[in-house]
Amino acid sequence: MSTNDNPKSREKAPAGQKAADWADGRVGLYNLAKSNLRKIFPDHWSFMLGEICLYSFIIIILTGVYLTLFFKPSMGEVVYHGSYVPLQGVRMSEAYESTLNISFDVRGGLLVRQIHHWAAIVFVAGMLVHMMRVFFTGAFRKPREINWTFGFLLLVMGMFDGFLGYSLPDDLLSGTGIRFMEGAVLSVPIVGTYLSFFLFGGQFPGFDVVPRFFTIHILLLPGIMLGLVVAHLILVVYHKHTQFPGPGKTNKNVVGMPLMPVYMAKAGGFFFVVFGVITLLSAIATVNPIWAYGPYRPDQVSTDAQPDWYMGFSEGLIRIMPGWEINFAGHTLVLGVFIPLIVFPLVLTAIAVYPFIESWVTGDKREHHLLDRPRNAPTRTGLGVAWISLYLILLVGGGNDLFATHFHLSINAITWVVRVSFFVLPPVAFIITKRICLGLQRRDREKVLHGRETGVIKRLPHGEFIEVHEPLPQGKVFELTAHDQPKPLEIGAEVDENGVVRKVKRTQKVRAKLSQAFYGEGSQIPKPTPQEHEEITSGHGHH
Amino acid sequence: MKKLSVRRRHPLAALVVLLFALAATGGLYAAFAPAKTAQADSSSQSIAIEEGKKLYATGCSSCHGPGGQGSTDGPSLVGVGAAAVDFQVGTGRMPAQQPGAQVPKKQPIYTQAQIDQLAAYIASLGPGPGIPSKKQYDPKGGDIAAGGELFRTNCAQCHNFAGEGGALTDGKYAPSLRGVDPKHIYEAMLTGPQQMPTFPDTTMPEKAKRDIIAYVNDTTRADNPNPGGFSLGRLGPVTEGLFGWIFGLGALIATAVWVAARTAKARKS
Repeated sequence: MSTNDNPKSREKAPAGQKAADWADGRVGLYNLAKSNLRKIFPDHWSFMLGEICLYSFIIIILTGVYLTLFFKPSMGEVVYHGSYVPLQGVRMSEAYESTLNISFDVRGGLLVRQIHHWAAIVFVAGMLVHMMRVFFTGAFRKPREINWTFGFLLLVMGMFDGFLGYSLPDDLLSGTGIRFMEGAVLSVPIVGTYLSFFLFGGQFPGFDVVPRFFTIHILLLPGIMLGLVVAHLILVVYHKHTQFPGPGKTNKNVVGMPLMPVYMAKAGGFFFVVFGVITLLSAIATVNPIWAYGPYRPDQVSTDAQPDWYMGFSEGLIRIMPGWEINFAGHTLVLGVFIPLIVFPLVLTAIAVYPFIESWVTGDKREHHLLDRPRNAPTRTGLGVAWISLYLILLVGGGNDLFATHFHLSINAITWVVRVSFFVLPPVAFIITKRICLGLQRRDREKVLHGRETGVIKRLPHGEFIEVHEPLPQGKVFELTAHDQPKPLEIGAEVDENGVVRKVKRTQKVRAKLSQAFYGEGSQIPKPTPQEHEEITSGHGHH
Repeated sequence: MKKLSVRRRHPLAALVVLLFALAATGGLYAAFAPAKTAQADSSSQSIAIEEGKKLYATGCSSCHGPGGQGSTDGPSLVGVGAAAVDFQVGTGRMPAQQPGAQVPKKQPIYTQAQIDQLAAYIASLGPGPGIPSKKQYDPKGGDIAAGGELFRTNCAQCHNFAGEGGALTDGKYAPSLRGVDPKHIYEAMLTGPQQMPTFPDTTMPEKAKRDIIAYVNDTTRADNPNPGGFSLGRLGPVTEGLFGWIFGLGALIATAVWVAARTAKARKS
C-alpha cells in the first residue's frame, strides 16, 4: 500500500498510523482489526495441519505462476535440440520439450518444478491428515458440517488438479496415466466412446488434451479451490476454533492465545518453515524425472507406471479387479474397469457423508465446540480406522509390483491378499479399534477412581503388599470425565397398554438399531459418576 | 614328343601317371576343400571342447543330461549356442543354486577361460548364436537417443524406463540392468534367457542392439548426474509418495509439534 503521505496536516502521527488511518477510512480497517486481531486460537499441534495445507497451496500457486511463464501447453511436434543429451534428436510434443527446457535450461527451473510437485504431494497428504484429525475428534459436528464438506471438496479437487498437473508434461508416465483415464471413460456403458471423443477432441491422444488440461489445471480448478479455501477460513473464524476438553475449557469459550501477536508470529513463521522444508525436499530429492521417462508415445509403456500417491487407491482398485467382461446384445461391458470406476468415488463418498449419517443416527442437534477424544467415540473411531485400512490396502494394491520386487514376493499372491483384505480388513480393523477404545475407556475409569500407579510397593502391618496409587490432580480427573455419554435412542413400546399397535417407520427402527450400536452397552464404558469417585476417594474404600 | 611316345610303354609309366594323378587330386583338394579342417587351431578347439565336456559333466549334466539333451530338471542345450552359455554362466545364473520362480544373478563360479570351454562344448552340440565380438556390443559406438527410443519400445515395459527392473507374474521378475556387462546385455537380447523374449538380428539389427546398450550403459552408469538430486530408486511415483509422506509431511508435523509445544508465557506486569 502506498502511504498517501501528507506531512503538513498530521505531522506528529507516525507513518504506520497514517497508513492505517488511510485504510480505515476506506475499508473499515479498525473495526476489522478490533474483532479479529484478538481472535483466540487454542494451542495444539494437530490444529496446525490445516495450516500446512494452506501454506503448501500458496507455495503451489507461487511456483505454478513461475512455471506458466515457460511452459508451452501444446501438442505440436518438434525435434529436441536442447541440452539434455540422451534425448537430442528425439521427436516430442512442445509440452514435453518446454518441460525439459524448464528442467535444464531455465534458471532455477528444475528447483521450482520440484518445489511445485513436492508441495502438491505434501498438500494432498496434509489435507488427508487434516481431514482425519477433524474426523477422529468429531470436529465435523454441528455447526461445522458445511466446512467439512468444503474441506472434502478441496481434497477431491486437489487430487484431480494434481492428476491434471502431472499429466501436462506429456512424458511417457503421464501419457500412460491419461491412457488409463481414457480406458476408464471408455468403459462407461453406452456413452463411454462419446465421452472419450468429447474429452480428447477425437481419437486419443489427439492435440487437444494438453491445452484443455492446462486450462483446467491452472485456471478452473485452482480458481474454485481458492474460493473454497477462503470460504473455509471465513467459516473457521466465524465458528471459532474447537478445543480439547480441559479445566476452564467449555463449549462456550475458546482458551488459547490471541491472533495478534502470538499466532501472527507462529503462523507467519510456520509459513516459512513449510516453504523451507519443501524447498529443502526439492533441493535434495528428484520428483517426477520426466527426462528419464522419455516423451509419450502410445506404443510405449514402462513398468512402475503408477499415479502420484493420492490417486494410488484408484490404481489399487483397478489392479485387484479381475478382468471381467460381459457381452450384452452385441455390446461389450468391461466390468474389470467399470466396477473400479464406480467404487472409486464411493470410497471417497463413504468418508464424506459420515458426519451426516452420524448426526442422523444420534439425533444430536446441539452445537459442539469441544472435541471428542477418539476413544470416547469408539464406533466413529472404529469406522474411521476401517476406512483408513481400506485406503491403505488399496495403496498396497496399487504398488503391488514394487512390493513384489522389493520383498521378493509373488505379485499374484499380493494381489490375492489385497482382494481378500479389501473385504475382510475393514471389519477386522473396526472390531479391533473399537475394543482398543473400550479398553482405553476402562483405563480412564480406573485412573479416575483409583489414581495413578506410582510403582511404590508398601507392606501393610498384617503382611499384605499393596501398590500405592496416587490420586489424579483435579484437572486431569475433569479431563477424563468431561465427555458426554449419550443414551441410545429408544423407539418405545410398539404396542401400548390397550393393545393398540403404534406405527413405527422402518427408518426409525434402523435408526434405533444404529443408535444402539453407537451408544449401546457394548459401545461405551460408563464413566465414573461423582458418587463413585466420592465413595472411593473419601478414604472409606479399600486402599 | 618322340621320347614320350617311345617311353609310354615303359613298365614304370603307369606309376608316373598315378603319381601325377595323385598330385593333381591332392592339389585340387587342397585348393577347393573347406578351409576349416586346414586351420591350425583345430587341435586347440578340440581341446577346448574336450575340457568343456569334462566341466559340463561335473557341473551341468545332473540337470541338463549327460549329453546336453535336457531332463525334467533342465532344458536341452542342443542349439542354444555359445552366447547363451556365456550369458548364463558368466552372470552366475548357472549353475543354478535351487529351483524357484526364477534363477537369480549371482557371483559367477567359473573363470572366463572355463566358461569359454563350456561354451565351446555346448556350441559343438548344435549350431546356435555365438559369443558377440567387442565391436558388436561396444556402447561407445551406439546412439544413446535412438537407443532410448528402442529401449522404451522394447524393454521398458518389464525393465522400467531406467533399467531398474520390475515385477513379472508369480514371483518372476525382470532384473535390474545396473552394472551388467554390455556383452551380457547383447547376449541376453540374442538368446532371450528365462522370461525374456528373444531379439534375433532379423527383428532387431546389430546396430539397434548397440544403441540400446549405449542407452542402458548411459542411464545406469554409477556417475550419472541425476539432475534433480537423489533419484529415490527411479521407481516412479510410489517411492516419491513414500518419501513425501515421511520426509515432507513428517518433517512438517514434527515442526508443528515443536511450534505448538512452545507456547507464549504470560508475563506478570
